[in-house]
Amino acid sequence: MSGTHAHTVGFTRDTMIPQADPPMTSVGAIGWAHKNLFSTWFNAIVTVASLALIFYVLAMIVPWAISPTWESSSLSECRDILAAANGGESGHGACWGVIRERWVQLMFGFYPSHLHWRPVAAFILLGVALAPVLFSDKVPAKLLYFTLAYPFIFPWLLWGGTIWAPLSVAAGFGVGYLAYRIVSAVAGDLLSVLAGVVAALVWWLVLSGYVVDALAGLIPIGLEPVQSRDFGGFMLSITIGVVAIAASLPLGVLLALGRRSDLLIVRYLSVGFIEFIRGVPLITLLFVASTLLNIFMPPGTDFDIILRVLIMVTLFATAYMAEVIRGGLAALPKGQYEGADSLGLNYWQAQRLIIMPQALKISIPGIVSTFIGVFKDTTLVSIIGLMDPLGLTNGIRADTNWNGIVWELYGFIALVFFVFCFSMSRYSMYLERRLHTGRK
Amino acid sequence: MTSLTDPQKDRFRLSMLLYDTRYRSATIQIIALIFFMLVAAWLISNTAQNLAALGKPIDLGFLTEPASYDINQRLLDYDSRDSHLRASFIGLLNTLVVAVLGCATATVIGVIVGVLRLSPNWLVGRLMTVYVESFRNVPVLLWIVFFMAILIETLPAPSAFRGDDPAAHMLLGDSVAITNRGVYIPEPLFSNSLGDIHLFGASPLRFDVSLDLIAILAVLGLGLWASAWIRRRADGIQEATGARPTTWYLRLGVVSVPLAVLLLMLGFHLGMPELKGFNFRGGTHMRNSLIALWLALSLYTAAFIAEIVRAGILAISSGQTEAAAALGLRPRRIMSLVILPQALRVIVPPLISQYLNLTKNSSLAIAVGYMDITGTLGGITMNQTGRELECVLMLMMIYLIISLSISAVMNWYNESVKLRER
Repeated sequence: MSGTHAHTVGFTRDTMIPQADPPMTSVGAIGWAHKNLFSTWFNAIVTVASLALIFYVLAMIVPWAISPTWESSSLSECRDILAAANGGESGHGACWGVIRERWVQLMFGFYPSHLHWRPVAAFILLGVALAPVLFSDKVPAKLLYFTLAYPFIFPWLLWGGTIWAPLSVAAGFGVGYLAYRIVSAVAGDLLSVLAGVVAALVWWLVLSGYVVDALAGLIPIGLEPVQSRDFGGFMLSITIGVVAIAASLPLGVLLALGRRSDLLIVRYLSVGFIEFIRGVPLITLLFVASTLLNIFMPPGTDFDIILRVLIMVTLFATAYMAEVIRGGLAALPKGQYEGADSLGLNYWQAQRLIIMPQALKISIPGIVSTFIGVFKDTTLVSIIGLMDPLGLTNGIRADTNWNGIVWELYGFIALVFFVFCFSMSRYSMYLERRLHTGRK
Repeated sequence: MTSLTDPQKDRFRLSMLLYDTRYRSATIQIIALIFFMLVAAWLISNTAQNLAALGKPIDLGFLTEPASYDINQRLLDYDSRDSHLRASFIGLLNTLVVAVLGCATATVIGVIVGVLRLSPNWLVGRLMTVYVESFRNVPVLLWIVFFMAILIETLPAPSAFRGDDPAAHMLLGDSVAITNRGVYIPEPLFSNSLGDIHLFGASPLRFDVSLDLIAILAVLGLGLWASAWIRRRADGIQEATGARPTTWYLRLGVVSVPLAVLLLMLGFHLGMPELKGFNFRGGTHMRNSLIALWLALSLYTAAFIAEIVRAGILAISSGQTEAAAALGLRPRRIMSLVILPQALRVIVPPLISQYLNLTKNSSLAIAVGYMDITGTLGGITMNQTGRELECVLMLMMIYLIISLSISAVMNWYNESVKLRER
């Protein structure tokens, strides 16, 4: 015992070595750069090359973009300003005057300027209507009633006209529900749903026209009507995008259920529709809207070009949405369906309470990327002659004042689209994180 | 004899069509079918009435009338006296050209960007993210017109190549000229050409196939087959004896020597573009519209492909790599035997649907005046003849056939790589 300890004493350090700083190359900015940028000689070369590329691009864009031409009112004036700034020689820079002069047009198209408050109000209210859906944990749930009413307010604000038209469309739903309740007291589920649908259709197609005319004659409340051909700019893009997106979600759910249904005929009809729409480019559907849809309707019908485009874009979005939701349904474990069955829920109860909440949650990334795709695809309407931002650029560039303007317009439009689409994709990531309740 | 406890005979009542689950689904389906047929009949009768009122019954006769418009970018012979059908056929080939070019370029760029996004180099990863996000979040139509504007506005005019001290120079030893009227590249020519086969005679679908090209492809294919045979033989020898014979010069030889001999016999040379007068002559002229469409579609689709590739690589857990390494596989074999087969199963289906998207997006060619099937059949032909119904329906059918063939290939592939679960 005594001997083992004694001869080790001399080799024992009795004070701690003071803690040394980590080497310079592994902490702080230098350490970070060493680890992430210059870890090997190859990485170092790549980093330097990337820096050179970034510098080259910025050196091209930044001096061009910082240009004192905001107040100019024509391209030649821009050139004069740039030449003056450059000491007499012809300068190189952006001509931002075109954005200042035309940004109202790029936003609203030819919408009458004293009525611009209406689209603005419609889009602000859109935010209010979407809030309880998008941020359900921060907004009172009562707002959902407003969300339900919003689809009738939105077209009324944009197109104007008598207030009784949207009210009568809304009343159709009430009539249908009433018929459903009355029939369900005496007959079964299927029959009462059928009765509700028929009653609503009868109201919309036959009765509502007379009712609206009568009421509009008695109590003329309404907004100044605006023609569809005056719609344009980002207002048009957002209108088409929002309507197509909002309508395609419920229709897409139905179509996805149809495609997964056991009913053979329903399934084949759904598959046929989805594959047909997904197999053709959107531009051919827009050709249908611009040239054929009036031929398909009863003789003498001539309905609005924007309405026709809305119908075709909605059909297009619906097919894609249906496939996304079908993916979500397929990803759900079979036990969920069987569990719902064993609880004695019927088909619609099971869908509403068990299947859809989970399936929609799984499909959120796909749904949002469909939304983004549809919103981007609204630019295609410029090909059939609607005045979306891209369609407006042709008119602006044909103006003698701005003949020769290219980058400023395209850059501005691209930037606006980028802001919209990028924020949508970030929102989907936020939603994914928030809804990730951990099923794994 | 019957007793009171016998169940009542189930007799069919009309209400069972609704309440008995055995009949209910049939009822719903028949209602759906009747509804669908009613809607279809309504649409068709409307169409028939409207067409009768307009005085243009459905008739495909317009397809044989002379098109009387020019198509400047084309693979086959065509002039404005040819029929509308011929014009549409040229347009269809143009669609396929830009789709194939675009898919190939997009795949290459997409794979590189997707891998680089996972790079340990922070700066490179960020740069690639910027690329992907900026292309994904801006409409493809905007990119197409934007690239068209870049080509027209920033490239030198052909006149800039003239003079003793020209402002612009041709690239690659005076063989490629990049101008604001398009790109001129050398074209392969054969002085002892074998000629062409004329398929389909003088019909609108006539199709000239160069025999030179067929001969070159045949020789190349034979060479590759011989090379693969030599490799298999070397594999056999290695398995039997343990020593692998050196074969690379043989394999190189069987591919390149016959090809070189054939090219020499055919008198292969390149026809260089030359500046004559106001423009370049000779060589192959790729117009701005083709280049802009090709670049925009491939860069746009590449951003999506990059995300697919990245997701595919991330989907393979690192345990797979480690387990393969623990088995003693070398890095290259880990990649080819373990990672790639699994990653491809994740990557290929969405990749093919991106090819499908690119093909469909090529219809936006009409915005820059590239004469694809939409520009010919759905554009000028439709406007000249006023046959909207026939043109649009044919256009949809053609795209549908292209899409369905691509998705048939996808389904076949999916089936062949599906995990066989037991």
